[in-house]
Amino acid sequence: MTFSAETRERAQEIIARYPAGRERSALLPLLHLVQSEDGYVTPQGVAFCAEALGITKAEVGAVATFYTMYKRRPTGDWLVSVCTNTVCGVQGGDKIYEALHEHLGVGHNETAGNITFEHAECLAACDYAPVVTVNYEFYDNMTAESSLDLVRALQNGERPQPPRGSRLCTFKEMSIQLAGFADVRGEDVVGDGPAGVATLAGNRVAERYGISVPGFDPDTPIGGREEKPPEKPATAGKPASDRSPAGDSPMPQKGDGK
Amino acid sequence: MSVDLGPEPSREALAKLAPVLTKRWLSPDAWKLDVYQRLDGYSALRKAFKVHPDDLIQLIKDSGLRGRGGAGFPTGMKWGFIPQNDGKPHYLVVNADEGEPGTCQDLPLMMADPHSLVEGVIIASYAIRANFAVIYIRGEAIHAARRLKQAVADAYAKGYLGENILKSGFDLDLVVHSGAGAYICGEETALLDSLEGYRGQPRLRPPFPATHGLYASPTVVNNVETIATVPYIVLGGAKWFRTMGTEKSPGPKIFSVSGRVRQPGQYECALGITLRQLIELCGGMLPGHNLRFWTPGGSSTPLLTAEHLDAPLDFEGMMGVGTMLGTAAVQIFSDQDCPVYATYRWIEFYHHESCGKCTPCREGNYWMKGILARILSGQGVKEDLETLLDACDNLLGRSFCALGDGATSPVMSSIKFFEQDYLDYIEGRKEPMFRPGELVGAH
Repeated sequence: MTFSAETRERAQEIIARYPAGRERSALLPLLHLVQSEDGYVTPQGVAFCAEALGITKAEVGAVATFYTMYKRRPTGDWLVSVCTNTVCGVQGGDKIYEALHEHLGVGHNETAGNITFEHAECLAACDYAPVVTVNYEFYDNMTAESSLDLVRALQNGERPQPPRGSRLCTFKEMSIQLAGFADVRGEDVVGDGPAGVATLAGNRVAERYGISVPGFDPDTPIGGREEKPPEKPATAGKPASDRSPAGDSPMPQKGDGK
Repeated sequence: MSVDLGPEPSREALAKLAPVLTKRWLSPDAWKLDVYQRLDGYSALRKAFKVHPDDLIQLIKDSGLRGRGGAGFPTGMKWGFIPQNDGKPHYLVVNADEGEPGTCQDLPLMMADPHSLVEGVIIASYAIRANFAVIYIRGEAIHAARRLKQAVADAYAKGYLGENILKSGFDLDLVVHSGAGAYICGEETALLDSLEGYRGQPRLRPPFPATHGLYASPTVVNNVETIATVPYIVLGGAKWFRTMGTEKSPGPKIFSVSGRVRQPGQYECALGITLRQLIELCGGMLPGHNLRFWTPGGSSTPLLTAEHLDAPLDFEGMMGVGTMLGTAAVQIFSDQDCPVYATYRWIEFYHHESCGKCTPCREGNYWMKGILARILSGQGVKEDLETLLDACDNLLGRSFCALGDGATSPVMSSIKFFEQDYLDYIEGRKEPMFRPGELVGAH
C-alpha cells in the first residue's frame, strides 16, 4: 500500500520546484502523481500528499474533490471525453455522447472495461467541433460513427493516432506528465501532431492573397533613456524678442498668479 | 481534389488580416529551439536586456497593448502597478487555463510556437523584476504542456533561463504547472489560490494581485496571447504595433471562429474588424445556414444577432452594442440552431464550473439550469422567463468574481433577442428538445 521509491523521489522533485516555504504549491502536481500510480485519488494517495506536505488529509481531500481531473473511482487506461458544450453540442456532440453511452453501456464518469467515459465541458478546440478526447488528446470533427470506430479500436487494443497530438499513452503514463515530468518517450513524441487546417486557416488566407503586416523592423529602437532625444527645455520655442525670464508663465495649479 | 473555399473575401476584409503571432505557426518545427531562433527567436530578449526594465514597461504602455484574456486591461499599466524596491519577491504568472466556451487560440499558440511565450515571459519578468515565473496551463492541454515543457528545458539548456541569463545578471526560474480541470482557475485570483495548492476559489479584491498576489507578494497575471505579443512589440516598436487596430484597441488579435462557417479556425486580424468581414475570411457561412446569433468573445459575453454584423470587434465597439470583446472567441450559430438550447448548454457549464463560494452564483446557476431544462422539455410556464431574469438580477454583480456575471450574459441576451423561441417551447408550438429525465449529459 505504499508508493514506489520512484514516486517518492518524484514527489521530492515536485516540491523542490517551488520557492522555499511554499511547498503547498506542489499539491496539484502531487495529486496527478498519485493518479499515475493508482489510476485515481485513493485514500492512501491522499495520505501520501498530506505527509509529503505536512498538511492534514482533510486539507488534501478538500482540494482533490474540487477538480474534475482528479478521479475518485478507479479509471481505465483510456479516458474518453465527449464535449457537449454548445458549439460541439449543436454540431453533433450530443449524438456522439448518446452513441457511446449506448455502446459502452455506462454513463458519465463510469468505467466499462478499460474505458472510462465522461462528457466534458468546453475543451478549447471549438474550431474542430465536435471533438472527442482520449486521455485529453484531440480527435477532431467527429461523428457518432467515427467515435464508435475510435472506441472500438481502443477496445481492440489499438491506439489510433490523434491527428494533432502525440501517440496515445495510458491514463497513468499521462498523469506523470501532468505532474510536470517530461514525456519519457522523447522528443519525437513531443513533435507529434502537426497544426491542423483550422489552426492555420487565417494564415492560409493571408498566403493565398499575399498578405503580410508591413513596416516590421526588428531593429526599431526601444526608446527609453539612452535612445531618447534630449528633452527640449521648457522655454524652447520662445521668440528671442520675449525678454521675460524663462519659466515666467503661470503655474497651472496656481491660477494666473494672484 | 478541390476544396470549396467559398466566395472571395472583400478587399476590406483582407486588409484586416494581420498575421503576426500566428505567422510562425506555418513552420511545422517552430516549437524547436533552433528553428525558433532562425525565425527571429530570442532576438527580442537580447534587445530587451540592453535597456532599463522601466523602459520596457514604458514601451508596453506606449504600444497600448491591452490584455487578451478577456478584460482588456492595459498591460503596461498592470506592469507599472508592481511596487519597485519594496524588498519583496515579485512574480509573473501566465494564465494558460484556457476554457471560456468558444476560446481556442492559446492552445494552438503554445503547441505551434511555445518559445514565443517563454521569451515573452523572460522579458516581462525582467521588466517587473520577477525571478520566479509560472505558466499555469489547463490540465487538459496535455500536448501543449509537453511542447511547453520541452521549450522550457531547451531554454534552460541554452542559458535563456536560470542564473545570469545571457550574462545580463538577471536570474529567472520558470515552472510549467498543470491545472486539474476547473474553469474557475482562469479567474486570476482563483488561479493564484490554485497555484498555492488550494481549491481554486476567487479572492475578494482589494487587495489586488499587483500588491498581494502569489504568496501575498506583488504579482502580474497575464494571459498567454498578451505575453506572446511582447517580443513583437520589443522588436517592431510601439508605433509599428499601433499601425494595426484602433486608437484605443491597438494591435492584432487572434480571433477563434467556430460554428457554422465554411472554415472555422484561427484568424489573426487587426482589432476593429467586423463580423461581416470575419465571416468573409472564413469563406462565408456554411451553405444552407443563415446567421442567427453569435458571441463576440465566449459565452460570458452577451449574444449578438445579424443586426450587429458591422459593429467593430474591439473593446469599445463591443461595449457600444451592449456586449464585450472578451476573448474574441466568435461562436457563430445559424437559423438551424436553437438559442434556448445554446443557453441551456452554457448554463449547464456555469453550473458545473461555479466554485460554490458565493451563494448567488452557486444557487442561481443551479436553478437556471433546471428552469431551462424544464422549458426545453416542453414543461415550462410563462413565469419561467421572469424567474430567469429575476435570478440574473440576483446574480449580476453579487459574487466575488465574474463567473456569476458571465452566466447572466447568455440568459439575459437570449431572452432579449429570442423571447419568441422560449415562448414556442412554453406554449407548445415547438417540439420539446428533451423528454423529461432524458437530458443528455445531465448529471
